[in-house]
This record gives sequence, C-alpha cells and structure tokens, in this order.
Amino acid sequence: MIIGLDVGGTHTDVVLIGQDCILRQAKVPTNTSNLFDCVWAALDEVTRDVPPEEIERAVLSTTLTTNAIIEGKMEKTAMIVSPGPGIDAELLRTCTHYFIVSGSIDHRGREIQPINPVEIEGLSSKLKAEGIEHVGVVGKFSVRNPKHEIQIGEILGDSFTNVLYGHRLSGNLSFPRRIATTYLNAAVHPIYKGFFKAVKESLKKKGLNIPIYILKADGGTMSLEASLFCPGETILSGPAASVMGSLPFASLEEETLVLDIGGTTTDMAILIHRVPLLDPVGCELGGYKTLIRSLKTYSIGVGGDSTVRVLDGKLKIGPGRDGPAMAYGGPTPTPTDALFVLGKINNGDAQASQRGMEPIAAAMGMTLEEVANEVFDHACQMILNGAAKMIEDINSKPVYTVQELLEGYQVQPQEILVLGGPAPYFAFRLAALTDFQVHVVPQWQVANAVGAALAKNTSEVTLFADTERGIAIAPGEKFYRQIDKNFDRNDAVALAYELLKNKCIKEGAVESELEMEVLENVQFNMVRDFYTTGRNIRIKVQVKPGMVSEYKDIAASMFHVSPSQKMPEKMR
Amino acid sequence: MLSVKTKTGLVFFPAFDWAISATHPEREERLLYTQDQVFEEGLLDIDGIIEYKPDLATIQDVRRVHFCVPDEWSVLTESHLISAGGAKTIGMQVLEKNVERGFALVRPPGHHAMRVVHGARGFCNINIEAIMVEYLREAYKVDRVAIVDTDCHHGDGTQDIYWHDPDTLFISLHQDGRTLYPGTGFGYEMGGPSAAGTTINIPLPPQTSEEGFLYTLDNAILPIINDFKPDLIVNSAGQDNHYTDPITNMNFSAQGYAELTRRLKPHIAVLEGGYSIETALPYINVGIIMALAGMDFSKVREPDYRPQRIRQTADTAEQVKRVVADVMDCWEKGPRLRERNRAEKKSHKRERAVFYDTDNILETQMEEQRTCRDCSGVLSIDSETDRGHHVLAIHIPRKACNECRELGYQLYDGANLRSYHQIFLQDRTHDQYLVRRN
Repeated sequence: MIIGLDVGGTHTDVVLIGQDCILRQAKVPTNTSNLFDCVWAALDEVTRDVPPEEIERAVLSTTLTTNAIIEGKMEKTAMIVSPGPGIDAELLRTCTHYFIVSGSIDHRGREIQPINPVEIEGLSSKLKAEGIEHVGVVGKFSVRNPKHEIQIGEILGDSFTNVLYGHRLSGNLSFPRRIATTYLNAAVHPIYKGFFKAVKESLKKKGLNIPIYILKADGGTMSLEASLFCPGETILSGPAASVMGSLPFASLEEETLVLDIGGTTTDMAILIHRVPLLDPVGCELGGYKTLIRSLKTYSIGVGGDSTVRVLDGKLKIGPGRDGPAMAYGGPTPTPTDALFVLGKINNGDAQASQRGMEPIAAAMGMTLEEVANEVFDHACQMILNGAAKMIEDINSKPVYTVQELLEGYQVQPQEILVLGGPAPYFAFRLAALTDFQVHVVPQWQVANAVGAALAKNTSEVTLFADTERGIAIAPGEKFYRQIDKNFDRNDAVALAYELLKNKCIKEGAVESELEMEVLENVQFNMVRDFYTTGRNIRIKVQVKPGMVSEYKDIAASMFHVSPSQKMPEKMR
Repeated sequence: MLSVKTKTGLVFFPAFDWAISATHPEREERLLYTQDQVFEEGLLDIDGIIEYKPDLATIQDVRRVHFCVPDEWSVLTESHLISAGGAKTIGMQVLEKNVERGFALVRPPGHHAMRVVHGARGFCNINIEAIMVEYLREAYKVDRVAIVDTDCHHGDGTQDIYWHDPDTLFISLHQDGRTLYPGTGFGYEMGGPSAAGTTINIPLPPQTSEEGFLYTLDNAILPIINDFKPDLIVNSAGQDNHYTDPITNMNFSAQGYAELTRRLKPHIAVLEGGYSIETALPYINVGIIMALAGMDFSKVREPDYRPQRIRQTADTAEQVKRVVADVMDCWEKGPRLRERNRAEKKSHKRERAVFYDTDNILETQMEEQRTCRDCSGVLSIDSETDRGHHVLAIHIPRKACNECRELGYQLYDGANLRSYHQIFLQDRTHDQYLVRRN
C-alpha cells in the first residue's frame, strides 16, 4: 500500500492505494498555521487499523515552502556572492545581509582572481556577531569551478547552522538564478527542518516505520532525508501532484494539455506522450527566478470561485477570490454560481446563486440564464486563451542549431485532461468550444494525492568536461576528476550515468526503476591557432518524471480499464 | 525583478552545428563562450530583454539584394538564411515597435558579400544587413538608413551593395587596408557618381585604442549621421577590433565597444566578425547587450583588461585625427559631386577584379552606371569568373524614374543571350527578379 498526500491551499487530500484500487481517501481542511497538524490528521484518517508493515511508503506534497516564500516568512539569511566582472551584482540582491566579495572565475572555470581570505574572515565575525545562522555562498561560474565557494565555506567553518553552496543546487548557468535558488533553499531551511522533525518523530511515536518521500516541483520524489538538503525543491509540488495524477490517463501517442481547475486559479501543463514537459531553466515563485527543476506549468487567475463582476459594461472574472461560491455561503458571485443558476450543480443554495447573478444580469442587460451561460463561456474562453498563450510560449523557445531550427518541432496538443473541483462541468463546455478531445481525469477530486502516491524518483546530473584543461566536473555531485585528452562525449555520458545512478539510489530510488536518458550531449572541438587543442563537452542526464513501475496495474484496475485501453470519462 | 529602460530584442543563433571547415575561425565553437557568458549573467531573464527565435530569410529576400550565380542554392546554405533571417527578425520587432532596439547575435557573418555572389569571400556568402534593410524598406517603407560597420575589416560587401544608393549612408570604420584584408576602404572610396559622399571610409591605423575609436565616433560618425538624418541606424557589430583578436592588430576593448554602442544608439546591431572567441566575444557581447538596453556596463571587462597597457601612442592619436579631418572633407564635398554627376546624365564605367578568398574564385566585373537627374540610375554589371561563368546583371534602383525603369528592361530584354550564361534583372521598383538563361 502507498499513501499519497497533498497539502493544498484550502484542503489536504490523502489517499491510501492498494494493489488494485484506492482503499481510502479523505479530505481535511488545511490549517495553514500548522501544516504538520493537518498532515497528521490526514495520515490518521487513512492509516486507521492498517498494519504499518503493509504500507510500503508515503509520498507527501506540501505547500510549506511555497507559502513561506510567497508570504516572505523566511529565516534571516546572509548571502555571500563573488561575481567578478559583469553585471553589477548589487542588482541581484536578495536580502539585507547580502555581501559582494572579491574573486573571479571565468566561463571555462579558470581562476582569474583569487578570493581574499581576510575579507571573508571579517565577514564571518560580523555575521556571527549579528546572530546569523544561515549562509548562502554563490560564485559566478561556480558550476564550472566551485573552488571559491568551497574556500569561502571553509573559512566560515562550523560556526553556522547551515552553509549552502550555489554549485550544489543546479548545474545550470545563471548567476542571478543561482543566487535566488541558494537564498531560497537556505532561507526556508529552518521552517522545513521543523516540519521534517515533526514528521519523523510522530511516525516513530505511532510506530509507523514507513519510508517517507517528498514530492518535488518536477513531479518526482526524493527521500525525506534528501529533502532536508534542498527544501527549495519542494516548492510548487502541488501543481506537480495534479499533473502526475493525470498521467495514467493521457495519450501515449499524442500531446496532452492538463488543466487543473481550482478555486482561485487554473494550472496548466503539457504532457508529451505521457511525459510531463519540464521548464528548461527552472521555476519562478514569488518574484524569484530560480534554477529549481520543475514542470513547465502556467497559472491563470480563473477558477470556480473567481469573483465575477461587471466593469465598464464588460464581464470580468477574477483574478482573485473573495470566498467560496454564494451557493456555499460566499460573498460574491462566481462561475460556480453560474453553474447553479444553470441547474448543473444542486448541492448548495441555488437561490443565493441567483441573488448573486441578478445584478450581473441587470448590468449586462441579459436574462439570468443568458448571463450564467455568458459567465461560464467567458471563464472557459479565458482558460483556453491562457492555454494558447502557454503553447505559443513553449513553441517560440529559441533553438541554437541549424538542424533543430529546420526541424522546427512544435507542441500541438490534441487532447485536454481536466481535473480539479468543477472539472466535469468545465470539461463539457470546453469540449463544445474547441476541437480538442476533452476528458475528465477519473477520481479528479483526489487525482493530486494519487499523483503524489504514484510518482517515482527523479534526478538530474550535469557534467562539464574540458580536455584542454584536463578536467571533468559535476559540481552538484561534488565530483571532480582529472581526465586525459582522449576523454570524449561517450566517456562523459557513461560517467554522467554512473553519477546519476548513485545519486538516485542515495535519494531513495530503486535501481530497477531507473530510466535514465540524455538531455544534452554536446561536444565542441576547441581550436586554437588553427589546431585542435581539446574538446569542450557538456552533458546533462536525467531520470524523467513518471509513475512507479507498479502503476500500470494500479491505474488500470483502480479505474476499471485494461492497460491497453485508456478510459477517460468523456464528456461531450 | 531586474528590468531595463530600453526594451531590447535579441536573436541569439550560434549555429552550433555549422562551420566553414573544422579548424576555420568561422566554426561551431565561435559563440560557445559568448552563450556561456550571456546565460551566466542572466541577461535573458531581465524584464525588457526579449529573446526571439530567428525567422528564415527567403530566396525572395536574397534576390532583393544579390545576383547569385548560377543560383541561390549554389552559393548559400540554410545557415545563411537563418543568419539573415535573424537580422530580419530583429528588424521587424524594432519596426513593429515591440522593442526599441535589437541585436542579432548570429553567424555566419555577411558584410563581405557583394551584390554579385559567385561564392564566399571573407567568410561571407550573403549580406545579412543588406537583406534585412531591403526587406524593411519593402515591408515597412523605411527610406533613409545608416549602416555603421564597426568590424575591423573593411565592409567591402555592404559598400558595394550601397555604392550607388544615396539613401543609404554606409560608414565603415576599420583597420587601414594597407595592413589588413580585404585591402580596401580608403578615404577616397566615397560612393558611385549618383551617391558620392554617402559611402564613408574611416581607415584607422593599427593599435588604435578606445580613445581613437571614440574620437572618431564623436568627431566624424555622429556628426555625419546627424546631417544625414536616417530613419534607421544599423550597426554591423564586428568584434575583431579587440586587443586579443588573433587576425587583426587593433586595441579596442569590451568597455570601448559598449561605450560606442551607448553613444551610437543603433536601432539594430548585427554581429559580424570577431574571432577572439574566449577572451573577447563573451565580454563584448554582454557589453553591447547591456549598452543597448541602457544598463550600467561599467563592471563588464575582460579578465586581462589593463587600459594603460593597450593605450594608443600619441603618434597613433595624431594619425586618427588626420583621418577624421579627411573624412569630414569628403562628407562636405559629397553633395556637390552628386549634383554635378547627376546633371551630366552620362554613363560611368568601372572595371575591377573581385577575389573570393574563401572559395578561391576570381571574378572580373565591368560595371556601368547611368546617372539621371530624377533618380539614382540604372546599374548593369557584366561579370565573369575564372571558373567560366559569365553573366549580365541589371539593377533598377528602388526609386527609379519611369525612364530609367524602361531602360533597365530594355537592357535586360535586349542583351544577347549567346554572350552570357544568364541575364538577371532586379527591379526594385516592383520587387521583381527575372532570369534569362540558355
């Protein structure tokens, strides 16, 4: 049995999945002031009377770090950045305790200017005096040579609770994003550590000795222990959980648009032959652009509870939510109320919905039914426009080789999978408005928790080799090796695979589940004075997001379909 | 989030899978370190710096500018169409006012490609700036254009294409032709009879440094542009004036290039040459992007930048001053010369040899230009190569009068096809391109 648990903004969903079905599911309100409490309450709901040894594992997706970042509830953290020449590092400031220090590494990883130990020692005393315990250290091009970050860390010594190096978090280039990523990971560390401890201790108290995994923004899992090192990876795992929950029902042959229609927002993602599309650089959250590996998701401010009003004679839906629909006691009319007026939903106070819609109808000069239809269509159209914009954005991403440009691969989804609260109603309308095949994800109410439960471990390794300098380096893996001039891209890929395998197993993956693939494999001949002097090799390998291998049986029987035949509940 | 004052478009196309040959300077690796630097600095994440995917230029775009012999696909590859297309994309974004300025960081380059193309010269097959400019003239009715070529080599291709066009001000700033390929670009090369003075050559002595370049900019280039009043300023932003460039002898720097860009304020910059791929290009390109976007670039510098060490001598400064004085003389003489030549209304011939160093082809040309009171006049080029290709090319300029247009067609229809492999007509008044062949 597997437990999947997704802490959302308003509800926490949890499922207990057996060999062939959802054994239990529950929804408890999210208590934002104490997330652990609701995690615990939810776990309690589904594990009651279940022998602990029958639970293989639990996968949690939490909004803890996301909320901490959006609400700015982060620990006082110092950033030490070593920019060398280039853009003014002051422009990249993330916090009050932000210090620009000397030292410079160039694009090939050569030391141009050493760091100044005296400067760092002085800084270290100052930070200690101010009671700062969390420090992020970031150098420009540290992923090509982490020497300076490590030297600075060594001078800082053991006198800080946590010293985090930029080069360990991602192998991608972008000094500003490295600074933001390091800052966020360091600044949410304490709050995450509190959560981590509470989970561990409670499980122990309850005698539940089950491995806990945490869902990441890229739709993969990592062990609870591994998450303590990079808690920032857990941001935006909520949208990722929903996308993963839709995976088994997506087409293997086509591209799929996933719409998670929530109360306030609709989150969108793209699946290509059942594999979610990743953001090429990293996600954005709360104004921070990061290197955190994540699914390519796009969010628009339209959902079932979006506020509906009339502005200058025009209908305006969202962004923003004043509360639930009026049918459920909310203060302002919403698209959900429109559904009540149309008689599509009736488990609430339809009269309240009508009362809410009346002024809208009057302002628009329409009948109540007309305006309800209008509101509903408008919301659907906004979602479709948002989707079109996301697809255009993905397709306009520049490429850097003649071959790629001429091939001109374009994402063109043929089907839409809808999940989230008002999914069935929206699916019906979306199908009428477009040429897409529109399906509702079965069990859409808990698809997010199912997605968390079934997600498998993911990971990425970046390797950089320069045979002229005689080095191969995978900074995220603390890997550095001297190489000879015969080292080539095949050696580099083999080495990167080896590193990836070790990393995944350390993070709790099962070796047989590892489906590794190459994301980037480029080799440039380096020519100096008309002679080839070496090879510059860049490799990126990954384990892509997907379902644990048992998923086929679970998904098939859970939703009563044979594995060969996909069975979405079609709403036309 | 970081944002910039001036909205700036960027096409970055390093053509990581294309090279002239494995160890040629124009090879896959050329923009690799520039990409690393631009990515690491995070420039593409800045609000107001927008990266675009390059469009492919079309054969029709090429035919507005060139006579390709025997045909387009024999002298170009897809990568040339992408490179020209990248420039075109930036041009369109600027004229659509989606951005204020733009930079096409593309390869292969194009400024040595002349109007007639038999092959590659100076690593160039087709002229990417000219293809962009003529497209913009056709699509957006842009009229007066200034092209400032800051590549270290004389932009002889662009000069050739605009030699007879009084509406295009071509200024080339380069290392003295007596000391560097292609060996042209002297002050007295100041345009054809109908366009005398709108070609400006500024040959600078070797070892000219920041002071010399900026002196030239302030005392010649900017005043001339100010007089000319262009609708559009294009910068052929070659980067081989750098003190570390392996095939030139100048002492310019990333700071200097950025400052030049800040003062010149080009609407569109297009990368040309520059082969110091590790120690110059990453820093110059970052500097140019930041300067275009109106950012503070004072901290952008090469690892080994020591301004004192590359400073030009007093002697060099003197030479630069003299060159600038000569240039301003030419600029003043131009209008009178043009008037006189056009009033004469006669045929001007020039015979010359063009060597295609990259493809090892020798071409001999007899060019004939007929001056006209009402327009810049019809151009005909009789071109023959040592490979045995012999063609006649007729060019009717964009603003040709009816009489000259008629004349162009008469020359095209009347030529004896037995003497040529092909006869071409480029009618810019109707955006037409015709070919007669055996």
